[in-house]
Amino acid sequence: MTPRPAQGLTFQRMIFRLLEFWASRQCVIQQPYDVEVGAGTMHPETFLRVLGSEPYRVAYVQPSRRPADGRYGENPNRLYKHQQLQVILKPSPADVQAVYLKSLAAIGIVLEEHDIRFEEDNWESPTLGAWGIGWQVLLDGLEITQFTYFQQCGGLDLDPISVELTYGLERIAAFLQGVDNVFDIRWSDDRTYRQVRLAEEQQFSAYSFEYADPARTRALFDLHEAEALALLSAYREAGDDAKKRVPILPAYDLCLKCSHLFNLLDSRGVISVTERAAMIGRVRKLACGVAASYVEQTSPRTAPAVTA
Amino acid sequence: MKTMATAKFLAAKKTKTHGEFFFEIGCEEIPAWMIPKAVQELKVLLEKYFAAAGLLDGATVQVFGGPRRLAASIDAVRLHQQDTEKEITGPVKAVAFDAAGAATKAAQGFAAKQGVPVEQLYIRSTPRGEYVAAKQVTPGRAALEVLREILPRVMQEISWPKNMRWTSGAGAPHAAAAGPAPAETDATRAAGAAVPRFIRPVRWIVALLDGRVIPFNFADVRSGNKTNGHRFLGREGILVSGAGNYRSRLKSNFVLVDPAERLARITAHLQKLMEKGGLCIHPDAGLLDLVTHLNEFPSAILGNFDPGFLDLPREILITVMRDHQKYFAVEKKGGSLAPHFVAIINLDRDRAGKIQHGHERVLRARFADARFFWDADLKCRLADNLEKLKQVVYESKLGTYFAKVQRMRGISAWLVKHAAASCSTSTVDRAAELAKCDLVSGMVREFPELQGIVGGLYARAQGELEEVADAVYDHYRPLSLDEEIPRNLTGCVVALADKLDALAGCFAVGRIPSGSSDPFALRRAATGIVKIVLERRLTLSLHHAIHAAFRALHEQNAAFKISPALEKQLRDFILDRARFAFQQRHAFAYDEINATFAAGADDLLDAADRLAALRAIRRTPDFEPLAVAFKRIRNIIEKAGPAETGNVEQFDPAMLTEDAEKALYAAAQEVARHAAEHKESRRYRQALENISSLRPAVDRFFDKVMVMAEDPAIRKNRLTLLAGLLKEFSTIADFSEIVTEKST
Repeated sequence: MTPRPAQGLTFQRMIFRLLEFWASRQCVIQQPYDVEVGAGTMHPETFLRVLGSEPYRVAYVQPSRRPADGRYGENPNRLYKHQQLQVILKPSPADVQAVYLKSLAAIGIVLEEHDIRFEEDNWESPTLGAWGIGWQVLLDGLEITQFTYFQQCGGLDLDPISVELTYGLERIAAFLQGVDNVFDIRWSDDRTYRQVRLAEEQQFSAYSFEYADPARTRALFDLHEAEALALLSAYREAGDDAKKRVPILPAYDLCLKCSHLFNLLDSRGVISVTERAAMIGRVRKLACGVAASYVEQTSPRTAPAVTA
Repeated sequence: MKTMATAKFLAAKKTKTHGEFFFEIGCEEIPAWMIPKAVQELKVLLEKYFAAAGLLDGATVQVFGGPRRLAASIDAVRLHQQDTEKEITGPVKAVAFDAAGAATKAAQGFAAKQGVPVEQLYIRSTPRGEYVAAKQVTPGRAALEVLREILPRVMQEISWPKNMRWTSGAGAPHAAAAGPAPAETDATRAAGAAVPRFIRPVRWIVALLDGRVIPFNFADVRSGNKTNGHRFLGREGILVSGAGNYRSRLKSNFVLVDPAERLARITAHLQKLMEKGGLCIHPDAGLLDLVTHLNEFPSAILGNFDPGFLDLPREILITVMRDHQKYFAVEKKGGSLAPHFVAIINLDRDRAGKIQHGHERVLRARFADARFFWDADLKCRLADNLEKLKQVVYESKLGTYFAKVQRMRGISAWLVKHAAASCSTSTVDRAAELAKCDLVSGMVREFPELQGIVGGLYARAQGELEEVADAVYDHYRPLSLDEEIPRNLTGCVVALADKLDALAGCFAVGRIPSGSSDPFALRRAATGIVKIVLERRLTLSLHHAIHAAFRALHEQNAAFKISPALEKQLRDFILDRARFAFQQRHAFAYDEINATFAAGADDLLDAADRLAALRAIRRTPDFEPLAVAFKRIRNIIEKAGPAETGNVEQFDPAMLTEDAEKALYAAAQEVARHAAEHKESRRYRQALENISSLRPAVDRFFDKVMVMAEDPAIRKNRLTLLAGLLKEFSTIADFSEIVTEKST
């Protein structure tokens, strides 16, 4: 392929290239999840697929909402919603770093012309009961990817270990196109990021900081939590045969709703210190409950005997 | 044929007994700060295992390391373990051989059991008589065989601050810990034992003995003789035959394995860049060490930034460059910051000129962020942040930072009254009130390592007294034994209050450091207290200061009870750090510290003065013999028991009979009078000299007088005399704690 370093790829072409790259490496190409999430990790294609022993490879773009990071579209680097490209490789292949670097070459980065390094950065999500070991990948000092070997998810030790690659798409695009403001990124040949997304940034920032009604948002949190807990307890109480029928995946959607509503309340500045820790604990309880039920529900009843 | 081969082999073995050992662990990027310790640990582990296996023969282990590899070599190790002989003794000679000297059934049985012919039995004389003995020889194993067992163990035993799994164990049953907390259950531990762990995934291993591969597996990686060069500039699969060609081949593949070589390259590059522009690097030893371990082939590039950013405080600019981008700040000749930075890149050069541009772009965004926070934070008064501290938890049981600030104000006020009277109460109170207000600023949220400093800068910019601004700026200091204490007394008081509160609070809620776990950095806080008290020369009763801190806690929340036992525990904790500081920083001997602390150390400054006096007097000729005598006195009294020693008031000078004891009594009275005067005015050196002058009288007493006299009344009187002496003259330092050549 012929790199176009002067202009760089458009935002959408860069995404196509990355998805094609990973599709050619046995990844299922999934679509963004249709529930608000704070990170690509929360997509069930990551959160649930890394559990259990079934090998899996998947890649997808996930628009990720962080209400507290909203800046009304006025900050060149911070966004209410940014786009992550998420790759899960389970189990982690031995040449994963080299393959990842090839993906950078695929979007026009000439590796030996840049200072690319893997610097220690371990990842942790208290609300998901998840953590991993890894790096942030720096490209000439710019953090472009979070590279993580998942160790635990939903409070469960993982085996096999999955590797998670999370590309920060706006940063990489701005770098490739040589622009300092994400809103100046060319999304397609004739549209900029500003034209596509600015109104959304403005309105959701205003909603997150000014308009979201704390009492109603709290009530929504409670409702979603109650529904999720009801599903989890129905699962627990069901007999062995009935267990397969109890819907666990919707319980996870409800858990994601709670997580987003919590972030919203947080950005409204209405959560006290003690309440904050308690709410994180409530979301984590749902996430861990879902993870444990999911593993049980999907694992074959008769596991093959393991001999040393 | 077979014997020929064996003979040939033995001959070869004779000619070559030693060979080179070479070892490299190839790994995905290891966190830079962990590398120096890991390399040292590799050395220690190899030495331990090689020595234990009898292969080391006193040779030295050389180690190197970088982000993608830990390597070790030993010039000459044994290629074969030596045979070991063990002697086993059997029945007594008389039983083993009959009168004619023939072997009996007992001897034959013993020989058969040991697997040796009867003729090879021999007689061993022991203090208990003569016995039959047999020699058993365990043949040594080939080093190659031994090492393939040792090396995986060495790899597994390198301890990392946080290690990981990346591959499944060899069929280890998987067990998961359910529940929200990442608690380790027995099941996960059992599984974990079988799963290899390392700091990052191991991707290749080179293990050579005398040029031959030592074959073994670690985490699905098979050892071999091929290494890999620089990720982007070097080749893969480079053949290695030993330490010599390893270093040179890697060098031509853009990897400098020796940290010293990398450091030299960085230093040379920095110098060259600075000379050109008449500039200086802002010195930063920690950063230099970090970038040395962050790169396999480091090169320095100079970048620029908009001089308009120079109106931000230099502390902020330097922190952004160092902590976030690992750039060196650059100064002009006069010491002010220049609009440049130096980035260390992991390449031979910036071949397309794009790297400099990229780093400049990132720094521009970082500085723009910092400018945004600076402007936004300054729009509100620092003191107005106090209210917001009610939202920031300090520790779940101890409450918020707002609560902590209230306690710090109380403790500060106490300290001003009892240890720092020259301070203004209101200035100290203002500094304590503002000390934590920067925690809710945008700047500290973005750059947490600037806590305190940012508060100080804002306080100054908003017109607070300089004394207050400096105190806020400094109050986290000192973070180590080497760091400066706060510049002014107000800062010292606030720093003490902060640390005392941290210690009392954490002790009260049971967060007492144990082993290496000290999440609240309480050892550092205690060390800080010791350092401030000593260097600022504050006269402070630790006991009372600790009590004041616990009282502040109790007054805020009655659930925290005042507990003398806990206060004592905390005092011992701080004194332990004081011992450490006296040893490390002031190079006092541990017995000098023991002797001084035995006479009390509640007033650390006073203890330091007594320690200095003790060290000075220790070198005089009378001192050590006197210390021996005091030890003797203590032994005699302890041996006699408390019942035999009367109260000092019960001592009756009229009962003294011998001249020597009368003389000792008279001399002691005389010395006590002078010593007390000196001690009163803290002239400890003179007081100790005085006490030392007792030596001849003490010596004569022990020469001439029998302490344990037959008459119980006389005996008790003499013991009481000695006990009085010991008590009287141990108030500066307890001489009996001094380790002397004659002491046992």
